[in-house]
Amino acid sequence: MSETTKPGHKGQDYEQTLDRSDARVAAFDRGQHSPLERVQHVLHNNPTLVPVIVLLVSLAVFGLIAGGKFFSAFNLSLILQQVSIIGILAAAQSLIILTAGIDLSVAAIMVLMSVIMGNLAVFAGVPTGISIVIGLIGGVAAGGMNGWLITKVKLPPFITTLGTWSIFYALLLWLSGAQSIRGQDIDANAPFLKIFGASFNIGGARITLSALLMIAVFLVLWYMLNKTAWGRHVYAIGDDKEAAQLSGIRTDRTLLSVYGLAGLVCALAGWASIGRVGSISPQSFYEGNLDSITAVVIGGISLFGGRGSILGALFGALIVGVFRSGLRLSGVDVLWQVFAIGWLIIIAVAIDQWIRRVSA
Amino acid sequence: MSTPVVQARGIVKRYGHVTAIDHSDFELRKGEILAVIGDNGAGKSSIVKAICGATVPDEGEILIEGKPVRFTSPIQARDMGIEIVYQNLALSPALSIADNMFTGREIRKQGWMGKYLRMLDKPAMEDFAREKLTELGLMTVQSIKQPVETLSGGQRQGVAVARAAAFATKFIIMDEPTAALGVKESRKVLELIQDVRARGIPIILISHNMPHVFEVADRIHVHRLGKRLCTIDPKDYTMSDAVAFMTGAKEPPSEHAA
Ligand SMILES: Nc1ncnc2c1ncn2[C@@H]1O[C@H](COP(=O)(O)OP(=O)(O)OP(=O)(O)O)[C@@H](O)[C@H]1O
Ligand SMILES: [Mg+2]
Repeated sequence: MSETTKPGHKGQDYEQTLDRSDARVAAFDRGQHSPLERVQHVLHNNPTLVPVIVLLVSLAVFGLIAGGKFFSAFNLSLILQQVSIIGILAAAQSLIILTAGIDLSVAAIMVLMSVIMGNLAVFAGVPTGISIVIGLIGGVAAGGMNGWLITKVKLPPFITTLGTWSIFYALLLWLSGAQSIRGQDIDANAPFLKIFGASFNIGGARITLSALLMIAVFLVLWYMLNKTAWGRHVYAIGDDKEAAQLSGIRTDRTLLSVYGLAGLVCALAGWASIGRVGSISPQSFYEGNLDSITAVVIGGISLFGGRGSILGALFGALIVGVFRSGLRLSGVDVLWQVFAIGWLIIIAVAIDQWIRRVSA
Repeated sequence: MSTPVVQARGIVKRYGHVTAIDHSDFELRKGEILAVIGDNGAGKSSIVKAICGATVPDEGEILIEGKPVRFTSPIQARDMGIEIVYQNLALSPALSIADNMFTGREIRKQGWMGKYLRMLDKPAMEDFAREKLTELGLMTVQSIKQPVETLSGGQRQGVAVARAAAFATKFIIMDEPTAALGVKESRKVLELIQDVRARGIPIILISHNMPHVFEVADRIHVHRLGKRLCTIDPKDYTMSDAVAFMTGAKEPPSEHAA
């Protein structure tokens, strides 16, 4: 072993040729990749590309099979309307899944808040605007409770939200007495609750406000996730929570804000659902939790967190809507619609795994 | 003698039954490069993590420039101008190089877009990140926007080192910063370390590379079995002496030599 270096002698003996070393830096290799590898790479950099392609292809295929019935402005706007509530829930679910969590309680929060808004505005005589604000705050509180259990009590998100799903569901059955609030009663006492059911026509398309709300929610969340520091932190936490914390992110605070915001979005979905459904039913959207996860997964957002764009969930929700509508109009039985959605989920996750391998 | 930058006494850190730090002392002086050497598992990473707030020690006191501190989060240390390159780097693989350099201290756009919409000034962050990486001369990457997971291990290490050097104002801790680097890149990091010291910022360098340690260090802290065994002046001892102390083959000098 050599001893300490002599003064004026830079570095070790074996480093003496460094001055003459090639000043070029590692050039990145281009080409020499199979077309498949290149596809894999492009998809890795643009995770929303897969759902967009699937959406366009399925539109084209169903357009060919079911023809004009399917490919009319009216039917396409109907699909948009049909997916709007699950779409908004999927936006909330995306936020959580990006942090490598999962929320099984989104639909329960949504229906609970619609029941609270309805009870207050229709039966308790609270001004509709105030009822809505209370419902929205309730959404933040319910999501915040999930967040608190996950960050402070340190329970896994799956178990936490499995528990709160039951809790919120029991609460909503209690508050509603397992009875629906009828559309007529809402119209008579608090018509503003149904505002998101309003629609207008352009061409042959009938655009409902709930569909516009869904798109607005996605755009706002996309902005927050991609253009603000908060959004970068959400991705960093989903990627590697430990590293995020060490590199100066207040992970617990960020996670709490994510769950609270998701709760708010669920409550918004609850408000919109009143207009969409026309009444407030405690039994509605019982499968909303799983439907929202389906949309997120088909949209190419990784269940392992940190990967994917929230816009993918919008496309995921639309793909599900397009499949349902297209298969129905092609005269396929409902059970095969469910069958097809099942395969979509499995294929989406398989593609996600394949894309992730690029970085391994 | 002026107050040391860091002075820690009697630090203890236990992980369950393992005592990672066992009543260890630690001292970093103004403007110096302090190397920390020791066997694997000696507790080198543990003690520097306790100093920078990544872990909270069970016992002991830490003074920074004479003032007692009790960090409960690395953010508090960072706010004082203390930066660390972690042994496992602590980067977010899916985020870009620029995003990683600025995690937790992002720059917002000027004007209302930044103030009310909290919009990030991505071009400014990217320019800064590019400049720092070029300064380091560690590498040229395809794009500053590329995710860190697409970089090689050494390139990632370069990003972590550049991040620490760019933001530190008080001192820098580097936990094996050249472990994944090639000969040329290691040399760049050693030069960077000396540049940083020339700026008056002291450095704690953990390394297993004895020639590097003996080349740049002003003092060497030998860590053994969870505590500081001794501190030596590299001019007074040979590498074989240092290795003998740290492995227990030879008794350490009775008085602290440096
Ligand atoms: N998070 C942890 N949980 C449990 N034990 C730990 C943890 N971190 C460190 N240890 C233990 O503490 C001891 C010291 O570890 P440390 O990482 O500080 O060693 P080191 O000197 O940095 O080693 P190396 O040279 O390999 O990096 C080891 O016995 C290790 O097993
Ligand atoms: Mg270590």
